[in-house]
Amino acid sequence: MTTQELHERLRSRFGDDVGALGEPRVDPSCPVRRERIAEVCRFAKEEPGLELDFLEDLTAVDWPKKNAIELVYHLFSFRHRHGLVLKVEVDRAGPKVASVEAVWKAANWFEREVYDLFGVEFEGHPDLRRILLPDDWIGHPLRKDYQEAGSYHGISNVRENPLVELRRLDEKARAAAAPPPAPPAAPPSPAAKP
Amino acid sequence: MTNASPAPAKSAARHARRVLLLTLAVGLGLPLALFGGVLVLSPISGIAPEGWSEGRVLLLHALAVVVLAVVLVTFGAVISGMTVWWEMRVSSRMQSRVGYNRVGAAGFLQWIADAVKLLLKEDLVPADADQILFRAAPYFVLVGFALTFVALPFGEGLIAADLDVGIFYVLSVTALVVVGILLAGWASNSKWSLFGGMRAAAQVVSYEIPAGLAAMIPVLMAGTLSMQGIIRAQGPWPWQWFALESPFAGLAFVIFFTAQLAEGNRTPFDLPEAESELVAGYLSEYSSFRFAIYFLVEFGNLWVMSAVAVTLFFGGWQVPFAGPDVFAAARGAGAIPGPAWWGLEVLSLAVFVAKTAVVMNLIVWVRWTLPRIRVDQMMSLCWKYLVPFAFASLVGALFWQLLLTSVPAAGVVTGLLATASVLVGGYFFLRLTYRNIAAVGDRVDLSNW
Amino acid sequence: MEKLILRRVETDSEEMILNFGPQHPSTHGVINFLVETDGEVIRKAIPDVGYLHRSIEKIGEAVGYPGFMPFTDRVDYVAAMFANEGYAIAVEKLLKLEIPPRAQWLRAISCELCRIASHLISVGTMAMDIGAFTPMLHGVRERETINDLIEALCGARLTYNYHRIGGVAFDLPDGWRDRTLRFLDHFDKFLVEFDRLISFNEVYVKRLAKVAVIPGAMARDYGLSGPNLRASGVDFDVRRDLPYGAYPHLRFEVPVGRGFVGAVGDCFDRYYLRCLEMGQSSRIVRQALETVPEGEYMAKVPRRIKPEAGEAFSRVESARGQMSYYVVSDGTEKAWRVRARTGSFTAMGIVDAVSPGLMVADLVALIASLDVVAPEIDR
Repeated sequence: MTTQELHERLRSRFGDDVGALGEPRVDPSCPVRRERIAEVCRFAKEEPGLELDFLEDLTAVDWPKKNAIELVYHLFSFRHRHGLVLKVEVDRAGPKVASVEAVWKAANWFEREVYDLFGVEFEGHPDLRRILLPDDWIGHPLRKDYQEAGSYHGISNVRENPLVELRRLDEKARAAAAPPPAPPAAPPSPAAKP
Repeated sequence: MTNASPAPAKSAARHARRVLLLTLAVGLGLPLALFGGVLVLSPISGIAPEGWSEGRVLLLHALAVVVLAVVLVTFGAVISGMTVWWEMRVSSRMQSRVGYNRVGAAGFLQWIADAVKLLLKEDLVPADADQILFRAAPYFVLVGFALTFVALPFGEGLIAADLDVGIFYVLSVTALVVVGILLAGWASNSKWSLFGGMRAAAQVVSYEIPAGLAAMIPVLMAGTLSMQGIIRAQGPWPWQWFALESPFAGLAFVIFFTAQLAEGNRTPFDLPEAESELVAGYLSEYSSFRFAIYFLVEFGNLWVMSAVAVTLFFGGWQVPFAGPDVFAAARGAGAIPGPAWWGLEVLSLAVFVAKTAVVMNLIVWVRWTLPRIRVDQMMSLCWKYLVPFAFASLVGALFWQLLLTSVPAAGVVTGLLATASVLVGGYFFLRLTYRNIAAVGDRVDLSNW
Repeated sequence: MEKLILRRVETDSEEMILNFGPQHPSTHGVINFLVETDGEVIRKAIPDVGYLHRSIEKIGEAVGYPGFMPFTDRVDYVAAMFANEGYAIAVEKLLKLEIPPRAQWLRAISCELCRIASHLISVGTMAMDIGAFTPMLHGVRERETINDLIEALCGARLTYNYHRIGGVAFDLPDGWRDRTLRFLDHFDKFLVEFDRLISFNEVYVKRLAKVAVIPGAMARDYGLSGPNLRASGVDFDVRRDLPYGAYPHLRFEVPVGRGFVGAVGDCFDRYYLRCLEMGQSSRIVRQALETVPEGEYMAKVPRRIKPEAGEAFSRVESARGQMSYYVVSDGTEKAWRVRARTGSFTAMGIVDAVSPGLMVADLVALIASLDVVAPEIDR
């Protein structure tokens, strides 16, 4: 099935909740309404003829200008050798979406990674906790407005630009090696006394 | 330019020759010196010079025993070092590597360098470990290992103490090693060490049984537990060795060999120290000299295992064409034996060492070829296969002995048949090996051994 | 970290909680497993990854498109060619760039050689984890020759940076073709010797047969890919089914697991499949070397790479599974998002589900047979 036909099948089942197929700017994708994503995914996996049983990738892209985090689901079917890309936009301030872990077990770790790096909460995920970063890390690094905390448990994670630091060390070494400047001529002391 | 090249090359060659001589001196001289010590000191308990008082004779004996003990323990350490060298050499050739080649000719003195390095390391005792047991555990293992050398028959007269219960003594004393391992696993206060200690305990205790049963068959055939007695009951020629003389003893050798591999924690039975799973198992928390002791005992055990197997099944030090009457004739009547006797002793020592080296080589080959088996597979191998076969071969050996009393020629016939089949099988094995090597496009090249 | 996981794990006095890693000879990288055991039998083995997280995806947003190529090497440094290729294909899709056929052939040759090298490490370390030390060294010996070949080709032995956006960086050196063909002649015989040494060794088979069976449906559900998926019986290979590069012109077979000595999808299937794949890769390299077309090895790429806004998803059959790059461009010189989806990530996700009931020694066999490397999981 081509992407268009797959898209048509989804549209016919879910109507407006599945948006129009994007411009084929290299790889076309279709947006899905946030509330229906779990049903759409289940339909995509179980419907005979679609059988998109392989979750190739579940990732997110941060669009601060649109004030949204866009979740991207890449689906593929081994039986029919066709694929589809679904996109869900969630609000950047409080990103929450239903988990598709019940549909594909592969989503378990993918969603944990998205939670870890973007902060998106997946409702219904059995074990949503950080996966790549330590459990007590502050912040979600792949967001565009992520600021590093400066240190982790006392280990600093900022440092000067090495070029700046080397120049500073160079100047210190040069100052230490240079001869001390000649003392200025002694001012007339009696005049200093008031 | 023309002057520079020959001088470095010549001095490099001279240096290499010097290293080779040093290596040979250490490699041959050290064991011979130690053996000489054993030879001279062991009969001393029978010597009482005239004119000396009771107390003085007792003092002389005590001194001799102490020196003999030191010599034996030193010998144990030296032999385990040389075993390490042999194993590393063989394994590096099997794995297409260069192997030891820096310290001494062909890296022969590497074990001395390793021992010095281990002594110089920091000695750590984990804070939460059981302080007394952690420190004591290596010594159980060392004692268990060193005590076996008392009864090992290196030559016709080269045995520290020809105990009447020789083989029984050896088997029981090697069981001390398991105490040390279990203590080490427990006292380290680490889950990984505990894992290793538990596995080791289960393994060694289980495999004592087939080992003991298989060892009983040569005892049965020789009629004595004494090590020298078992050797004297065999003959110098291959068809007179127990392993080839009786098919049941041959089976017993296979069982004994497998069981000794398990007792010595050698692959395929090296679960207690499975490097890839438990890092070093029961040894994980040990460092420096304490680790050196475990290391020493593991490789020295290789020698002991092989020596016991050779004693029981392959005729020990028996020299061809030199039966006991030849030895007696060479000894002469005087207090100091003639030079021919000394020469014969050295010959018997060489025969023993050669046979032990062959069996040791076999153990090394097995280690570097086979993977490790799992705990439950190991237990099922012991209890479901080795123990029943050991019992069956014991019963078979009983009937064989009965047969031998009525038909003595049967022993010679089966011995000759077994020898012939071993030779034929060996020929075919070598031919197959050569063919396999050629099929890969390689060739047999012993030049860079 | 342990406390949070332990809260969910109830223990009674019989059970032990062990830390398998992160420093461990057998975990194929810096990975920790929290293993709850009852004696030797595992109740639960929870992987704890992230020790090698180097925020490569964030770096992709900071350096430009060509500047990211050396970083892709580090996504999987054991089989770095595939990582390079995946990224290059994704960016070429964004640029709508056609690369010349010689570049495609060179990519296929270097990738298949890299696949052989990676599989040698994989089967060698698996044998070593099971306890046989010798096959590892024989495999590494062969890998040295491959490393020398690739060093002659691109100058590096591990992190190649050979594929570039638009083609490859260097052309074949003189005499390289003959050297490689000679190596392949030797390698085909080496595979026979390797099989004889370890593959069908009785002890080895006993350790791996019927251990950690992953049925096909479970493999698909958990997102396994590459040799792990094929060993479970699913016949899918990106090179054959979604062909890219030079693969439509090359003939090769795709081995699928069929329970060679035990059950379909057990550890031995996964292991033996890699041995068979090495043979097939050797065949591909031979064909490619014989049919490599003349011409340019690099397309005309603009000096500043500024693709128009869009996104691209590329799939490459890496040694460890399917490596996919998802590159989102916003029209500037720096990528907006670079995502590397690797085969080891999903393979690690399945360990939690398959491990209950295994023994500790079998856990080692499972991890080794899944051929995970930590840099792929953590990026």
